[in-house]
Amino acid sequence: MATSAKQKKLRSKKVVERSTNAVIYVILVAISVIWLFPFVFLIMQSLRGELGAATNYFFPKKWTFDNYIHLFTQEGVKMNGTVTKLPDGYNFLTWYWHTLVIAVVVTIVQTLIVLVTSYALSRMRFKMRKPLMNLMLILGMFPGFMSMTAMYFLLQLIGLTQDFSIIGLILVYVGSSCMGYYICKGFFDTIPKSLDEAARIDGASRQTIFFKVIIPLSKPIIIYTVLTSFMGPWGEYMFASLIANGSAKYWNVAVGMRDMLQREMMGTYGDSFQRFCAAGVVVSLPITTLFFILQRYYVEGVTGGAVKG
Amino acid sequence: MEKTVSQIDYLGMSGWGKFCYRARLFFRGLPAAFLSIFTVLIPKLARKVWGAVKGFFLTLYNAMAKGDWKTRMSFAVMGTSQFARKQVMRGIMFLAFEILFILYMVVFGGAQLSLFGTIGRRAVVESETVSDFLTGDDIRFEKIPGDDSRLVLLYGILTMIFIVAFVYAWYANIKSGFAAQQLEEAKQHLPTAKEDFKTLADAQYHKTLLVGPLIGLVIFTIFPIIFMIFLAFTNYDVNHMAPDKLFTWVGWKNFQALFAGGLSGSGGARFGVVFGKLLLWTVIWAIFATFTNYILGMIVAIIINKKGIRFKKLWRTILIMTIAVPQFVSLLLMSKMLADGQLGIINVLLGTNIKWLTDPTLAKFTVILVNIWVGIPFTMLMVTGILMNIPADLYESARIDGAGPVRMYFKITLPYVLHVTAPSLISNFVGNLNNFGVIYLLSGGGPNMSMSGSGGAGETDLLITWLYKLINDKKQYGMASVISILMFLLTAIISLVVYNRSKAVKNEEDFM
Repeated sequence: MATSAKQKKLRSKKVVERSTNAVIYVILVAISVIWLFPFVFLIMQSLRGELGAATNYFFPKKWTFDNYIHLFTQEGVKMNGTVTKLPDGYNFLTWYWHTLVIAVVVTIVQTLIVLVTSYALSRMRFKMRKPLMNLMLILGMFPGFMSMTAMYFLLQLIGLTQDFSIIGLILVYVGSSCMGYYICKGFFDTIPKSLDEAARIDGASRQTIFFKVIIPLSKPIIIYTVLTSFMGPWGEYMFASLIANGSAKYWNVAVGMRDMLQREMMGTYGDSFQRFCAAGVVVSLPITTLFFILQRYYVEGVTGGAVKG
Repeated sequence: MEKTVSQIDYLGMSGWGKFCYRARLFFRGLPAAFLSIFTVLIPKLARKVWGAVKGFFLTLYNAMAKGDWKTRMSFAVMGTSQFARKQVMRGIMFLAFEILFILYMVVFGGAQLSLFGTIGRRAVVESETVSDFLTGDDIRFEKIPGDDSRLVLLYGILTMIFIVAFVYAWYANIKSGFAAQQLEEAKQHLPTAKEDFKTLADAQYHKTLLVGPLIGLVIFTIFPIIFMIFLAFTNYDVNHMAPDKLFTWVGWKNFQALFAGGLSGSGGARFGVVFGKLLLWTVIWAIFATFTNYILGMIVAIIINKKGIRFKKLWRTILIMTIAVPQFVSLLLMSKMLADGQLGIINVLLGTNIKWLTDPTLAKFTVILVNIWVGIPFTMLMVTGILMNIPADLYESARIDGAGPVRMYFKITLPYVLHVTAPSLISNFVGNLNNFGVIYLLSGGGPNMSMSGSGGAGETDLLITWLYKLINDKKQYGMASVISILMFLLTAIISLVVYNRSKAVKNEEDFM
């Protein structure tokens, strides 16, 4: 009697377990559908052959790669059989190139600055350390956009808008990157101080310790910094649109793609939206690949940052 | 007074009880924390500044009173003390800086500062043709460019920053000169240039490391903020567009106009009312955006992490897609998918005509919903990492004590995660107050407010996106600066209060 009651209880427990799991699977599948839906839609639309801004069905009826080709050849937008030429400087390839150059340079410089700042704030003790950290905390609370106007005037003054907008943008993105020291410093704080002390007894200078002890131990955080500093300028909109001052030649992909969408929404029934989708795929590919390869480090950074708070 | 329990009672609480207790303390202490900004923080800051000023003058006084002629000469000619004591490298650097500064001020800076009082004097003279009253011939005057008020302001501020830098260098020169004298009197060794360089790679290495980043910080963060603060006191707007027209100081007029309403050239925009409305929405948005993401993200992380659920990695990877794909792509796409009627694929598939982004009330829900879609993966990642870090022996001992999974969840998992992630809530909240990307790319702030004279603001506009419109479309620079200063005060006060409270309440040893 007693044993069978126990078995019954165990069995019912198993049933409960199984049904909760089933509910969870349903939820997870629903979540996956919701989360993947936009991306599948993006790919579908980028392969759509029919013209027009929108269709009332999900899968295209005519499959084509033309949208990708037109994106790069800059063929005019087709509209009711006639072709409207795109404005001067409307060139996706140029935008892509701009964005890539900016992102690569910013990544290198920003990573260096963050590492250097974090080392100084984590490992060295000097009088201005605390005030400096408080200052950066407070400066981070100013709305970024207003300072952008001032920066725009400054760049205009030294002639780094429009024709030299790449240099201008790089300077702006890199300019205040030392304020992003927080997560990296948190990582450095976890490297035992005894390593430094041992090296110092051996007669190593602070510089030697930085290059020979700390940097070799910091691979995860370096990769995290590289990844986040690359993703920032890759999708930046606000300042890129401001500095180009409305001239398509100097846009980056984000500004250009928003314009593609605006163009289409204004009622020009062409293949602008399909091109936008093709552009979306082309823009996402490298960054998404990079992200998935380095995902582990990204997770470490996010978690570490949260724990350090 | 806060009601506190004794240490023993506290240790006797369960994990969940501890958390609730701390949360209660946190909220009860908020008003006091707000007051403490004025009663503790500001006096503390004032004392520190006062101490620094006192130190500054004390050093100067000491160097003057006890210095020999070499140190005293340094007050006028920088680097004298160093030259006289064979620290040639230091001497050259100080002297070169002084010469550079004087040259700059004579050639350029002085003139710019003199224009600063009125932000430029000469207005542009348009080209015109006047007939000579003696001969009757037409005389043509070409257009003469005037002062560009923007540049006057810019150069003025840069000059002031330079002056501050110079004063600091001058002070450093006296301090170092006096220190050299004292070393000499004590018959000690004076560092040579070579040794100076060596300490820059060792004991003074932070100077080498931080000089570059800090120059960037001054030029690209501090200078623009000072510029912005100055702009708030000018009438730089659509009627005073530099370089064609001068703008000038107007004192507190912009601040008054914000609260009293009415500003010349704003097209009758009632800034005060709009500001109030948007402020309310911004705060509501930030609260919802932060907490929905936090709670839902945590739930998702926990169910994926549940024992017996398979393909954990797959579910996570699917969610992470939103982080991996650039946000502007997915947000722009979303804005298109949520369009009205036959234009939006979601309405098509649902067979409805829901005005996702064009109905004033619904649009607010939509942006929060889409923000959940954007934000859940971040919380999920963070919580997943933490779940894996929970010490296994906690569960082990709970199991020995006979606790079931539900009990363990409420007594161990939840308190632990809340404890570790609570600080990130603060930074997320502040980030959401200024979340430009989601709103601007998704709804563009639309639909437009129905009230007249709304200054271009839309129903889902946050203060930050409204600022963007004020500057880019309406050219209301002065007013925009006023609003950003107010936004700064808001963010700063909220974060200072919450930050101080959470630090006071947090007990780091609880789970370690």
